[in-house]
Formats: sequence, structure tokens, C-alpha cells
Amino acid sequence: MSTTTAVDPTKTSSLRSGRRFGDAIFSALSHSAGIVILLVLIGVTFFLFWGAKDALVADGSEVRGGAGLIAYIGPLIFGTLLSSIIALLIAVPLSIGIALFISHYAPRRLASGLGYVVDLLAAVPSIIFGLWGMQIAGSAVPSFEFLNEYLGFIPLFSGTVTTTGRTMLMIGIVLAIMILPIMTAVNREVFLQTPRLHEEASLALGATRWEMIRQTVIPFGKSGVVSGAMLGLGRALGETMAVAIILSASGGGYSWELLSANTPGTIAGDIALNFPESFGVERSTLFVSGLALFVVTFLVNMFARWIISRRSEFSGAN
Amino acid sequence: MSKRIDVKNLDIYYSDFLAVKDVSVTIEPRSVTALIGPSGCGKSTFLRSLNRMHEVIPGARVEGEVIIDGENLYGKGIDPVMVRRKVGMVFQKPNPFPTMSIKENVLAGVKLNNKRIGRTDADELVETSLRGANLWNEVKDRLDKPGSSLSGGQQQRLCIARTIAVKPEVVLMDEPCSALDPISTLAVEDLIAELKENYTIVIVTHNMQQAARCSDRTGFFNIEGTGKPGQLVEFNDTQTIFNTPSEKATEDYISGRFG
Repeated sequence: MSTTTAVDPTKTSSLRSGRRFGDAIFSALSHSAGIVILLVLIGVTFFLFWGAKDALVADGSEVRGGAGLIAYIGPLIFGTLLSSIIALLIAVPLSIGIALFISHYAPRRLASGLGYVVDLLAAVPSIIFGLWGMQIAGSAVPSFEFLNEYLGFIPLFSGTVTTTGRTMLMIGIVLAIMILPIMTAVNREVFLQTPRLHEEASLALGATRWEMIRQTVIPFGKSGVVSGAMLGLGRALGETMAVAIILSASGGGYSWELLSANTPGTIAGDIALNFPESFGVERSTLFVSGLALFVVTFLVNMFARWIISRRSEFSGAN
Repeated sequence: MSKRIDVKNLDIYYSDFLAVKDVSVTIEPRSVTALIGPSGCGKSTFLRSLNRMHEVIPGARVEGEVIIDGENLYGKGIDPVMVRRKVGMVFQKPNPFPTMSIKENVLAGVKLNNKRIGRTDADELVETSLRGANLWNEVKDRLDKPGSSLSGGQQQRLCIARTIAVKPEVVLMDEPCSALDPISTLAVEDLIAELKENYTIVIVTHNMQQAARCSDRTGFFNIEGTGKPGQLVEFNDTQTIFNTPSEKATEDYISGRFG
């Protein structure tokens, strides 16, 4: 057949056609959408560096806190990560549980009702959660004291319990509740995507419902759960209002004591509280911490993607 | 290890819809029983009622009895989980667990219900099950690779290995070859012939040559019209069904006059 493959370019063939108009438009649209997101990312990075440049070159004594950038931003990064990790530790198991209940346990009518409620919760603005957290902080003190008394041997619960209840743990709990709906919604969707064939294979081997879930639904949904957790983490890391309202940051340095008054703030909360009243290098310092938050979020996301990709061979995508 | 199945006056419903009506049949141990019939006539539904898998669909229920080893599967206090451990199932499309390796797939059923198995026992079971499914020689060097890396026919034999690893008494097969090429089909059919030494096998198939080739007894299901329930029209030795069927509908179907 090799002799017939040469095509005479001058000859118009019935197999040729002009470019299709719709194809061209759609291709251009999706290309430009892809480029826009890259431009936004570059723009944000540039803007952050522009704002941060004064503080980056300034002497350590001139920046906020007067002890250098690392001394100022380090504890804030620590506080940001700590509060978000607490939130994730609470929210991940809880959201998986709720999602499984909705997708595999609840009767169908209850399940759809619950699904709506969860989606509604995801739309509640964070300031509402902040106000709520501030309200209940005081009444949470007895349970904090309980933790301190009986689990005080764990460094996290040691130290003196603050009487206001506005602690790192409180922030973690409020953030957890805040990110719970979005994570639940994502988890529910991926759990519902589990191929029926896999579920039936497991049941036919004599699996109980829980074993079927452990054998098929959770492994299948794992990468989705990680993505949902990343969405939640992103929201928790960047949460401003709830943190700013509840936490009375006292520049506590790197304190692991979740229940004491001695707490580091978070980057977003700190920027929100201090931005309006700061100028010059002080304000530029806040840009540096914003840049740090940007980088931290980036790293966390890349780490999560790396975790997912490690066993992609077994992901069920093939 | 293989058991007789006695089905008595079985009606299968999806909510209020009667899908299969009044099936009474005895399936002999250590034999292959094929179920044939046009699409939508209730063969698969009937097959799935033999290990209570049809209950996965909400609203599905049965009336009547399915007796294996003197016990009614639908009796009071019978746990479907235990039923399915005795009556295994192979599906139309090969469905190895994609998140597990070949070895883990074979052991998937064995590790259920809090059972533990030692390393050497596990290795032994993996080998005997895979040998039992005629797959050992093809996969013995890559037991830790994902099950989904195998070809379709190999995946289906892996599913059979997974099913026989839990040592069931009955193996149900729901069109096990319909997604396979002729060579893989042949491999699975050979395997069915070997499996019948130890197991009671019930196979649903659309392929009448397959039913004629590998079954001892054949049941023909038919449906009178849309919305009507499926019925077991005729059940007899495969030879008799294919050579001298007693019902007109059976003869029409196997001679290709309809369906």
C-alpha cells in the first residue's frame, strides 16, 4: 500500500475541508481561558513582590516587630499552619463520615435533604462562623479546662487555660466547621462515582456494607478526598474574618499550647487586623507575609498532588 | 464442596413490578447449568436472586424459596453476607479492584469478615486460586502489579480466581464472556469445564453455542411481551434442549427464528 500513500497537494480531495468555524471559536475560547489563569497567577505574584520589595530590602530593625522579617513572619506561618492542621484533623474524618452516610447509608429521601443542607452550609459567609465562634468561645472554657486537666500530659493541651476561650483550638474548631460543608460535598460526589461494578464485586465476595465501602468506595475516592481536603485547607489557610474576630493574637511565638492565651496569630488574620493602620515599610512587611502565605499554599498543594500521583498506577483511572 | 440448589415457586419483584414469575427448578451439584433466553427476560435477575445480589437494587424482593444445603436463602435470620460467601459470582464485565494488585485481588474476599491469613497460607492460596483459574503461569512474575494491567480475558480469570479463593459451593456467572474476545472466551470455557469438578456452576449466556458447548443442563427463559414477567419455559439436559425441545418457543429461539 506504500505506493498509494503519497498525496498530490494540488489536487482537491473530497476528504479535505476548510477549518470549521465552531471548532475554531471553541478552541480559541478554551486556549484564552487557559492563558488568563496563568496571567492572573503571574500578576498576583508580581503584585505581591512589588508591595513586598521595600520590606525585603529594608534593615531588620525597620520592619514590623523590629526584629527582622523571619522573627515576624515565622510565628504567623506557624500559627496559620497549626490552625489549619487542627481544622483538617477534625474536618477530614467528619466529612468522610457525613459523605458516606449521605452516599451509602441514609435512606434516599433523607440523603437528598441532607445533601441540600450541606450545600447550603457551604454558602454561609465566614464572618457568620466568626461571630458564632466568638459567642461560644466563653462557654467552651469548661471543656478546654477538662482537656487541660485530664490530657494535660500531651504538650498540646498543657499550659494555663485562658478564661476567654479564644484559643488556637477554638480557631481550629471554627475553621473545621467552616470547611466541613465544601469537603463533605466533594467527598459525597466522589463516593457516588464509585463504579457499581466494583461495589457489586465486593458484595458478591461476601463483604458487609462497611467492608464494601472500605474495599471499593474509599480507595476509589481517595484522590477526590485529598482534593477536597486541599480545597478546605486552602480556605482554612486563607481565612481572614473568622480568625480576626476570634483570636486575640498576642504574638505568642512558636507556642504549641492550644488552650493558652499565648497564641501566634495567622497570616490572613494579622493582615486584616493591621493593614489599615500601617504605612511604608510596616505595610510592606504585611505584603511579605502575604507572599509567604501564597508560597505556603502553593507548597501544600504541590505536596498533596505528589501524594496522589505516587500510586496513580493503582488509582482506578486505568 | 458443591451443593444442590432447589428453587421453589420463586417470584422476583422490583417494587411492585413482577420481573420473574414462578420459577421452580433443581440445579444439580458438580454440573454446569446454562440459562439462555432473549434480553430482558429475567435470566440475570434470576441468577442474582440465587445469592441475594439482586437486593442491591432498592425495592427488589422475592417470594418463594431457594434452598441450598437444606437451608432457605430467604429464610428468617439468614444473612445475605454469609449467603454470598457460599454462592460466589462472576460478572459480565471483568471487575478486578483497580486499587489492588493481582495478589491483593485474589485475597480480597478471603480477608473480609475479620479473617486473618498467614503469609505462607496467603501465598499458597494465591497460587492455587490462580492455578485454578488457569492464570498462574501468565501472572506469577507480576503478582504485585495492578489487576487492571491485565488484558480483559486475564482480568475475567482473575475475577474467577478471586471468587474461588473464598471456596464457595456455587459459582454464578453472568455472561462472563460477553466482553471477551474468542480466544479469551475459549480459555474461560475450558476453565468452566474444569471448575465443575468441584463447584456447582450456573451460567447466564447469550451465546447459544457456548451453552451447548459447556453446559450439562440448560434452562430457557422467555417473556411473553413487554411489561410481562419472565418465565422459565423449559429446563432439561442440554442435549435435549438443543436437539428435541418440547416447547415451540424454545425451538424458535435456538433455531434463531426470534430473539
